[in-house]
Amino acid sequence: MMFKPVLLWSDALFFLLLAAALGGVAWAARVEHLRVAWRRVGQSRTGMAAATLLLAFVAVGLLDSLHYRERLPGEKEAYAVEVRSALDALLSGLRTRTEKTYSAPLATHSFAKETLDAEGGGRDFPRLKYGGAHLGDDLAGQGADLLVRTVQGLGIGMVAWLALWLASAPLRRAAPGLAWNAALVTLLALCLVAGPVAALAQGYHVLGTDKVGQDVLYLTLKSIRTGLLIGTLTTLIMLPAAVFLGLLAGYAGGWLDDVIQYVYTTLNSIPGVLLIAAAVLMMQVMIDTHPDWFATSAERADARLLALCAILGITSWTGLCRLLRGETLKLRELEYVQAARALGVSDLRILSRHILPNVMHIVMIAIVMDFSGLVLAEAVLSYVGIGVDPNTISFGTMINTARMELAREPMVWWSLAAAFVFMFALVLAANLFADVVRDAFDPRAAR
Amino acid sequence: MLAYLIRRLFYALPILIGVNVITFALFFVVNTPDDMARMQLGVKHVTPEAIVKWKAERGYDRPLFWNDAAPGAGRLTQTIFFTKSVKMFALDFGRADDGRDIAREIGLRMGPSLAVAVPVFALGLFAAISFALLLVYFRATYLDFAGVVLCVAMMSISGLFYIIGGQWLVSKVWHLVPISGYAEGLTAAKFIILPVIVSVLAGIGSSARWYRTIFLEETTRDYVRTARAKGLSERLVLFRHVLRNALIPILTGAVVVIPTLFMGSLLIEAFFGIPGLGSYTIDAINAQDFAVVRAMVFIGSALYIVGLLLTDISYTLVDPRIRLQ
Amino acid sequence: MNLLEVRALSVAIGAARPVDGVAFDLAPGETFALLGESGCGKSLTALALMRLLPAAARIAGGSVRFAGEELCVLPEARMRDVRGGRIGMIFQEPGTSLNPVMTIGAQIGEALRVHGGSAGRERVVELLAAVGIPDAARRAGEYPFQLSGGMKQRAMIAMALAGEPELLIADEPTTALDVTIQAQVLDLLRDLQRQRGMALLLITHDLGIVARMADRIGVMYAGQLVEVAPRAAFFAAPMHPYSRRLFAALPDAAARGQRLVTIPGSVPPLGTQFPGCRFVARCGDAMPVCRREPPPWRTPADGHAVRCHLEAAPAAALSAPGAAPEEKLGAGTAAQLEVRGLQVYFPIRRGVLRRTVGHVRAVDGVDLRLAAGRTLALVGESGCGKTTVGKAILGLLPPTGGGVAFAGAPQRGLAPARMQMVFQDPFNSLNPRLRVGAIVAEGNPAADVAALLEQVGLSADMAGRYPHEFSGGQRQRIAIARALAVRPPLLICDEPTSALDVSVQAQILNLLTDLQARLGLAYLFITHNIAVVDYLAHEVAVMYLGRIVERGTVAEVLRDPRHPYTQALLAAVPRLDGRRERVQVAGDPPSPADPPPGCHFHPRCPRAQARCRTAYPESVAFSATHAVSCFFAA
Repeated sequence: MMFKPVLLWSDALFFLLLAAALGGVAWAARVEHLRVAWRRVGQSRTGMAAATLLLAFVAVGLLDSLHYRERLPGEKEAYAVEVRSALDALLSGLRTRTEKTYSAPLATHSFAKETLDAEGGGRDFPRLKYGGAHLGDDLAGQGADLLVRTVQGLGIGMVAWLALWLASAPLRRAAPGLAWNAALVTLLALCLVAGPVAALAQGYHVLGTDKVGQDVLYLTLKSIRTGLLIGTLTTLIMLPAAVFLGLLAGYAGGWLDDVIQYVYTTLNSIPGVLLIAAAVLMMQVMIDTHPDWFATSAERADARLLALCAILGITSWTGLCRLLRGETLKLRELEYVQAARALGVSDLRILSRHILPNVMHIVMIAIVMDFSGLVLAEAVLSYVGIGVDPNTISFGTMINTARMELAREPMVWWSLAAAFVFMFALVLAANLFADVVRDAFDPRAAR
Repeated sequence: MLAYLIRRLFYALPILIGVNVITFALFFVVNTPDDMARMQLGVKHVTPEAIVKWKAERGYDRPLFWNDAAPGAGRLTQTIFFTKSVKMFALDFGRADDGRDIAREIGLRMGPSLAVAVPVFALGLFAAISFALLLVYFRATYLDFAGVVLCVAMMSISGLFYIIGGQWLVSKVWHLVPISGYAEGLTAAKFIILPVIVSVLAGIGSSARWYRTIFLEETTRDYVRTARAKGLSERLVLFRHVLRNALIPILTGAVVVIPTLFMGSLLIEAFFGIPGLGSYTIDAINAQDFAVVRAMVFIGSALYIVGLLLTDISYTLVDPRIRLQ
Repeated sequence: MNLLEVRALSVAIGAARPVDGVAFDLAPGETFALLGESGCGKSLTALALMRLLPAAARIAGGSVRFAGEELCVLPEARMRDVRGGRIGMIFQEPGTSLNPVMTIGAQIGEALRVHGGSAGRERVVELLAAVGIPDAARRAGEYPFQLSGGMKQRAMIAMALAGEPELLIADEPTTALDVTIQAQVLDLLRDLQRQRGMALLLITHDLGIVARMADRIGVMYAGQLVEVAPRAAFFAAPMHPYSRRLFAALPDAAARGQRLVTIPGSVPPLGTQFPGCRFVARCGDAMPVCRREPPPWRTPADGHAVRCHLEAAPAAALSAPGAAPEEKLGAGTAAQLEVRGLQVYFPIRRGVLRRTVGHVRAVDGVDLRLAAGRTLALVGESGCGKTTVGKAILGLLPPTGGGVAFAGAPQRGLAPARMQMVFQDPFNSLNPRLRVGAIVAEGNPAADVAALLEQVGLSADMAGRYPHEFSGGQRQRIAIARALAVRPPLLICDEPTSALDVSVQAQILNLLTDLQARLGLAYLFITHNIAVVDYLAHEVAVMYLGRIVERGTVAEVLRDPRHPYTQALLAAVPRLDGRRERVQVAGDPPSPADPPPGCHFHPRCPRAQARCRTAYPESVAFSATHAVSCFFAA
């Protein structure tokens, strides 16, 4: 074997989540009211465009979740300590072509002056090792080279889009009436951006390099997985507790209701950031004092990521729980629940047949609405130092390192700009999608 | 009313105790003081003596709940639980790692925090409500649509970028105000103005959009139709009838955060170098000063509970239908 | 000259025309009633006159001339002077139609100010007094939630009068009110109209209210007027097949023992295309031409116009196919259900420790007796506790005191196989997420769903569909099938038809009588509708503030009421002959949390005397079945 697959805990959960999503799709196709609601989402142009963009992000995240350890050369079966992902393999060019330090996007020279050891000496901007290296000494040809590559990239993008267009034909035939045009236009825009970027990335650092010379484009793409995981796993972790306790409190009433209300009021009363800070600090102590628990640093970072999701989940389930409790209280008094009780239907069956299906839209809406907030929260928390492991690449850590350089003259702006653009795209798509989903699932909007 | 308030205060007590127990569990049970000491002193190369010294300096060398070695009531009081958790109810927070008294420090830093947080709260509420009203007045027009798009775009931008962008543009490019810092008295204004504007901008997207839906929902009510049937103009209907009803959920929803304004904002204070409680907390987090974080958790929770109480009271003030019992 | 002339008025919602070419006139001082079932477009017509249509709807054509002025083209600013100034309007739900956070006085003062009147406090109090609000000066400073439903509607009327309108539009003004309050409000409207010479456009679905109030009537169906006639002519001989069926579908004592005439199907949904007559699908007299061509207006008599292809109305009175089935033999006299001293109290908690300081006595010592195969009607106004009685008997609510015995054996808690319940709201009584088959089989997975559906008049292939595909009447049938699946000998029907239109109500009542005859079911029928009681029930119990005040057979209670409350209740029901009885009660029912001492009814009773204020009257028996709780019943 050339490599050994590695399944990090977060990978497993992420795959589980995707499987659940696929299962949910299959289930929704069979249940009428869900089919109708999702159809409404599909008929919305905004919804389809946002979904396309989100799917592109998910695809990147998925590639970045297929982890492995490379086999070291040699007779003995030994594997590298670093855990890499399929995305790393795909972008190995970007990953390995590290410069010494900062360089601007598409630059051929370093950002900082250095003492050149060649005779003639003096301080100057040194030539980059990789950025524009293929140009040789013909720096005047850079403009033309950029243009040629951009045009090539546009061509590749166009071809890719046409291929996708043809490939998606059966899908479009299977579900006519959806806003496929919006999806295709979004896809076209994506292809026309990705094509040139890919073409240029072969010879340049399209988004520049950071302090230690890493390619910023590579960092941003790697950040996507972290954002996605935080946004989804947190909800996944808190969901069972929120749904179970919310329904229980609302349906059972009495002392159970009092206890559950007490628990979530107490948790809610601790300022979120502080609870997270305290919990992360404590977790860090735990991880640091038990280095033997983790085989690789990737596993360590992964544990911290998961722990962060769990902590965010603990602080965020209260809102959903309260909503569900209130809705259950209302449903419990509805006449079809009363009728079921009069027919002698057991409480468990009433909960599963009558209450749960009628609060699922709230759960659904909560999942999509929370996502964007969590992605934004990750950045802030990582910035404050209570987010992901500093070695995990994320939007927050990117911003954190980039911020230090704002004071430099001229400014190092590209790391921030890259993080800004990618985060904005991800969160905006999530927000728009959440709006469409809410409108489609909210029974009040349906009438 | 009074009976209600007394009862609510009684309810607050178990919540505070709950908070206390949670923090105690987090700080002393999940990890032992030995772990914390090792962590603080650098994980490797730690001598047992250093750990003992570290614990003694901070009073972590006592047993958790029961001290057999101490005489009399000391068995209960000479414990970590009593000295570190129970004493918080008496606002005795002990000393920070740098030896300063936490309660005193909090008193000093409250002013700068409030100097930023209060204008942010008031201006933010005012701006968001005004913007939402504007959109509702022009509802179902392109102005409304553009406004909503703007709101969604604005709420999709991380708060970090508002701060970085504001500092870069206003302080670095335009040189209007200092990038960061703070001064006492009136000179504080020039340090405060930028953080206030940035915070208001960062928050306006989501709140204006939310208020807009509240207003819109209110405009579909039957009494609005009655008001129109009376012959009132659209402006009067909006400002006299819709606004008054919609402000009830908005204002009472905002009241809950008023007490927590004391806590300041972590991000804003850290970025703009304002010596308030927010930056105090963030410094404590970065320095892993457990005593300060613990104190802030407790104070934050207590203030939140006060906020809940104020919310209930404010309901009775603005909504004639609510009488507390 | 006419005050209001409406011509070819159409309202569009998207492509649909919920109001399509409506035309009528209204003379000064006249009362014109727009009569129709839900969804026929009568409320939209009224809103269109005021140009107050909801955002989705717009006026698609036609003209509205008010006192010679065209309202449809009036600039918005001038239209505002008309609204509330020259045309006043009151709405169906007084509870939601007043601004909850403004005092009544402020809301009326606002209307006065807009229309240039003196907005002084005296004027406000004067208006409130004029609509019969006692202690008007104090009430002016109160908020809507402090007023009862009837008082709120009076305040709405005062507000509408503020601009001294020449026309008052009343959109179902009493539908949300109890029948005794309804009588008060209708009288008030009539008196005010007479004093001020106002014209009144009354929108209602209730033939009784029309008979009592209207000078002329317009019947609406599916967005169109189908018949316009003076009251006397209309009630003597309605022309349109729809109008005739509306009359025939009304349950009353005369129809007892017969099946009611029903209008098959339901009102066509919004957006239906009509090549011919809009009523053709439900009409028993349809001819081929009715399917092809929209019928023309014909005027068989002066002032009486009808939109129908039939040259003359058929002479024969409408009768339903087949008489009602014979009452099942062996409908016993032995009590199947016996309720003794049933009490349901809800605690009121106050103070620091949430101590129980009192009780809402929703049900306070109710005795009932129901024999197998019989129908007992439990009659009362909203808040009297009749639904609570039903739920407590069923076991959905734990009784505070007293007990229920079924077939001689005491019963605690739920007894699914013995009794089931049919609820009021057909839209909330079926889980929207379950298919009809699953709903019907809910209590008995082994039930034969197809047979049950056919038993309630639905087809077996409907089992695979979801509730939202069904109309209100069909849903109520599904709910009945669900209850029947466990073969209970007793059904508790809680206002099963009060959310339904008259024509659909007749279908459900027919179904219930059929089922009783075929299966020997006993019904505890909870209702406020006296006509339904008269048609369906064998025995009646009248409930007031948690207690039964009078019980007896239908003949005893409805023909010879002895309790002043029963008398007032019966007198308040609007009658089709337009006659009005004088016995009326004033004021609102008191709260069950704080019932008056002595007889609960004494504050509203015209015959109350000193002892009524101190002691609750014992039940006095007049016959083996007739008993009354009143000191003066004899």
